[in-house]
Amino acid sequence: MRKDYNLEKRRLVIGGFVVAIVLIYIARLVQLQVLDSTYKANADSNAFMEKVLYPSRGLIYDRNDSLVVYNVPEYDLVMIPKDVAQFDTIDFCNTLQISREELETRLQEMKKSRSYSAFTQQVLMNHLTPEDYGRLQEKLYRFPGFFVVQRILRQYNYPVAANVLGDIREVNAKDIENDAYYRPGDYTGDLGIEKSYETWLRGVKGKEILIRDATGKIKGRYNDGADDVAPIAGNNLRLSIDIGLQAYGEMLMQGKVGAIVCIEPKTGEILALVSSPTYDPSLLMGRDRGKNYRNLVNNRLKPLYDRSIMAAYPPGSTFKPTQGLIFLQEGIITTSTVFPCRRGYVNAGLRVGCHGHGSPIPLKPALQTSCNAYFCWGFKYMMDKRSKYGSTGKAFEVWKNHMVSMGYGYKLGIDMPGESRGFIPNTAFYDKIYGEGRWVGQTIISDAIGQGEILATPLQIANLSATIANRGYYITPHVVKNIEGVGVLKKSFERHDTDIDKRYYTDIVEGMRMAVLGGTCTGANIPGLDVCGKTGTAQNPHGRDHSVFMGFAPMNDPKIAVCVYVENAGFGAAYGVPIGALMIQRYLRGNSPGLQARGRAMASRHTISYPKPKKTTGTRIDKNKKQTTSKSTSIGDGSKE
Amino acid sequence: MEVRNEDENTNLLRSVDWFTIILYLIMVVAGAVSIYAATYDYDKASMFDLSEYSGKQFLWAGLSFLIGFSLLLIDRRIYEAYAYPLYGFMILLLIVTIFIAPDIKGSRSWLVFGPVSLQPAEFAKTATALALAKLFSTYGFSLNGWRNYAIAIAIILLPILCIILEKETGSALVYTSLIFVLYREGMSGFVLFAALMAVVYFVVVLKFAAITFMGIPLGMAIAFIMVMVLIVAMLLIYCRSWILGRNVLLGYIAAGLLAGGLTLAGVHVNGYAFFLPVIILSLLYLLWGMLHDDLKKVLITICFAAASLVFLFTVSLAFNHVLEPHQQTRIKVTLGIEEDLRGAGYNVNQSKIAIGSGGITGKGFLGGTQTKLKYVPEQHTDFIFCTIGEEQGFVGSVAVLLLFLALILRIITLAERNHSTFARVYAYCVASILIFHLCINIGMVIGLCPVIGIPLPFFSYGGSSLWGFTFLLFILLRIDADRGNYGTW
Repeated sequence: MRKDYNLEKRRLVIGGFVVAIVLIYIARLVQLQVLDSTYKANADSNAFMEKVLYPSRGLIYDRNDSLVVYNVPEYDLVMIPKDVAQFDTIDFCNTLQISREELETRLQEMKKSRSYSAFTQQVLMNHLTPEDYGRLQEKLYRFPGFFVVQRILRQYNYPVAANVLGDIREVNAKDIENDAYYRPGDYTGDLGIEKSYETWLRGVKGKEILIRDATGKIKGRYNDGADDVAPIAGNNLRLSIDIGLQAYGEMLMQGKVGAIVCIEPKTGEILALVSSPTYDPSLLMGRDRGKNYRNLVNNRLKPLYDRSIMAAYPPGSTFKPTQGLIFLQEGIITTSTVFPCRRGYVNAGLRVGCHGHGSPIPLKPALQTSCNAYFCWGFKYMMDKRSKYGSTGKAFEVWKNHMVSMGYGYKLGIDMPGESRGFIPNTAFYDKIYGEGRWVGQTIISDAIGQGEILATPLQIANLSATIANRGYYITPHVVKNIEGVGVLKKSFERHDTDIDKRYYTDIVEGMRMAVLGGTCTGANIPGLDVCGKTGTAQNPHGRDHSVFMGFAPMNDPKIAVCVYVENAGFGAAYGVPIGALMIQRYLRGNSPGLQARGRAMASRHTISYPKPKKTTGTRIDKNKKQTTSKSTSIGDGSKE
Repeated sequence: MEVRNEDENTNLLRSVDWFTIILYLIMVVAGAVSIYAATYDYDKASMFDLSEYSGKQFLWAGLSFLIGFSLLLIDRRIYEAYAYPLYGFMILLLIVTIFIAPDIKGSRSWLVFGPVSLQPAEFAKTATALALAKLFSTYGFSLNGWRNYAIAIAIILLPILCIILEKETGSALVYTSLIFVLYREGMSGFVLFAALMAVVYFVVVLKFAAITFMGIPLGMAIAFIMVMVLIVAMLLIYCRSWILGRNVLLGYIAAGLLAGGLTLAGVHVNGYAFFLPVIILSLLYLLWGMLHDDLKKVLITICFAAASLVFLFTVSLAFNHVLEPHQQTRIKVTLGIEEDLRGAGYNVNQSKIAIGSGGITGKGFLGGTQTKLKYVPEQHTDFIFCTIGEEQGFVGSVAVLLLFLALILRIITLAERNHSTFARVYAYCVASILIFHLCINIGMVIGLCPVIGIPLPFFSYGGSSLWGFTFLLFILLRIDADRGNYGTW
């Protein structure tokens, strides 16, 4: 046969075509398998389903090992929208006992959520009751794509210490953005130590990798569970709070607005941190959390506002020991220096009232009787001592630095969120108001008695008490004694020495002891406990004076330092002293029927008249209210009792 | 008698192409193993369990080795002698199948004999190839004149029609690949070129149908420009008519500048009103010009351009009215016009995920999740390449492609080393069919071709497919083994 060599060349065209196709396909394979890595992720998200295993949140005990907060399981109904097939909606709604509309609304809400994805777990309903869960579990196989995730719910053994414990809430978009730990539907601490110790309490999530086929059926565990990660339970916390003392304090504060802070001076451990009014921490958990939370937010007495660490009050006469310390340290006075009191500080047309006692008097009796005039004079001499400081401005800076070293003007650093720093003015502050060099000691004389611009939190006042009890130092106050498995956070331990010599504290302690034995706070004179104390009656722009007490006991081996602050309750002796005395006894002597009876009596004395200042309900102390005059708006009226 | 037989057998052992047989064995075994991997269930049995796909495939493979061996023993003259009767019988079987086959997934192509089902379409390929080889080897036959073309084309078209009636469009399309054989045997290369251009036009027009340019779909505008470029190119390269080519080119450039200028001046120029007159004017000019030049070649150029224009205007019409909706969607998915990941695009998307997730070296044998967990439908039949891509990665996928390339190139070599037309034509038929399966099957799995349900030869699960290709290949091997005896033809 004739061979056509021209046609034979066409094998090259056909062969070339095959080679070209194979090369194109190899190029495509390079693109798919070598260059593009998204397919791997796609395959994994197809095949592997990561089931989150939630750790158990750390438990919370009080200082005496009483269990305060623990967990019970609760159930969330979640769904992976992509995997949800047609299902019997009526059966579904009946099982969950919700209406069809509710289901629709919930689905709509879920879809609108910013973190919505059809491929990941979405929470359809949380806080299922055990009954709902029981009914649903039997039928769950009929609703592909839905499943139940077990979560924890906080339970409280005592209806107290809500401000300390705080609560947990579902994370919001911001939390998720800020912390990669969180996924939609997770919980995080919202207030109190639940918030500040969140990273310890929450533990580490685990995961279980399941293999899922194209129909969404789980085919088993990936790698026989070798890559699964078990959750690590959160660390348990031991509070420094004595839950009995805390409960007693909250009872005493019933019907009153204010705070009690008790500190163990040697350690800085807070024994009780009462803010009043308060609420049962159980309110902020479970299905009704939202409703209860709104009610608390809308309550005019602001129970969510932790007055013990957030409220900045004028400290009133509880401030006077700090002044005595500064004057002694600066050599303005000695213990034998006397100042006159003409029923008050009267100088250059200004009068800061005081009441009858001997005159002139030295430091200790001045503390005993809470003499306004004594500290005004001392303050005036210090501010105006140009020979030593050069100017009032410089003198004031020295004064301010002493105050700061005693824990005022800045946050103390308690291990709870939202602490206020109070307020201690500085020279620049007054220069701005009065002009540089245009103010002298007398201009700001009310600072000497804890009025004027001075503001302090009940925590700072209690801390002062602890500092005096310690004769010159304090440990940063804290509510968590230790973290199980971790120990004590270092910052909780920090010791701060004031810049006042220890020997001057002895004089102040003696003055405060005299106040209890025969001065303004005889109500705190408990035989055998050697209480030292200082009252305060703080004037304020909101109405009646605040009743304040600061003290510690026993005098020579202090076990407890206390501050009581009752808003608009009049003299310190009226509420502050008796409440402080009861707290000291409750802590040092333990519970007793007599103490309970006196506690209940105090609980029934209500002072709440907030916020109308003119009308008061605590009438029995009204008649003693003294009137003083003031010349300048910046000068508060003197206060003493 | 015995001695002669022995002689024949030793001859056969020496002259049969072992290279092809080895490639065949590798592919069949690799295929069965891949099927095991593709259908592997985490709690399932051994590779050779006959109740599993892989076990059955090994059974089919064993039988196909037997078939292949038997085919090698049949004298080549039998194939030549019975080519037409065999073809006639297969056509008859295809027609019978249309009427007696049960409806399986919308297709009536399976003959069911108790537990065994056979697909005649797979075997009709061999019969058609033999018939075509017989036709071309008929003394005095050459691809000249309409009558001979008509007979050759009829032999190809008949099984296509039957199989389309069986609703197995994919298998029917396989026969169109025999156009390569016609080309090798003397058909003008222009037909291949025209077919290629038809595909290009089709893709361009559909792909850019949604974008508007000069008031018309962008796809049409691009196609018009392609027609213009082709006219000039054909004039210059094919007709070697420098003057006509230059004049037409200058005319197009002038027209283009005019249109550009008008558009800049703010006058809206409609695409149809611009391109159509320009192209038609140039063709009229060529009609005049061909009188002075190579008449035939210029005329072919004119006809090609005119046919292109007609094709362009009918393509979307044909797409929308001739193709079934699911076919339209498959094509749109391939062209990236639609995604439809839950519907038509699901297979291909999951298949791309499977292959893409394999990376360079793959997830290891039985380590694939996409295929194990049944994300890719038809993974043991038409989408078997996914399993290889996922578990053996880029290396394995390329190896499979190279195996096929080697086989096809080897068959072309076999074709050309035979001095008989019968052997050559038959070999090219085998090569063409394999080329088509390779192109379409792997092309669809990696998302470059529309989904057309045809198997990957030797790999995909199924006795009919495997046996069909075994017949095709081993008949070739026997014919090739006898080449020495017929060399003087």
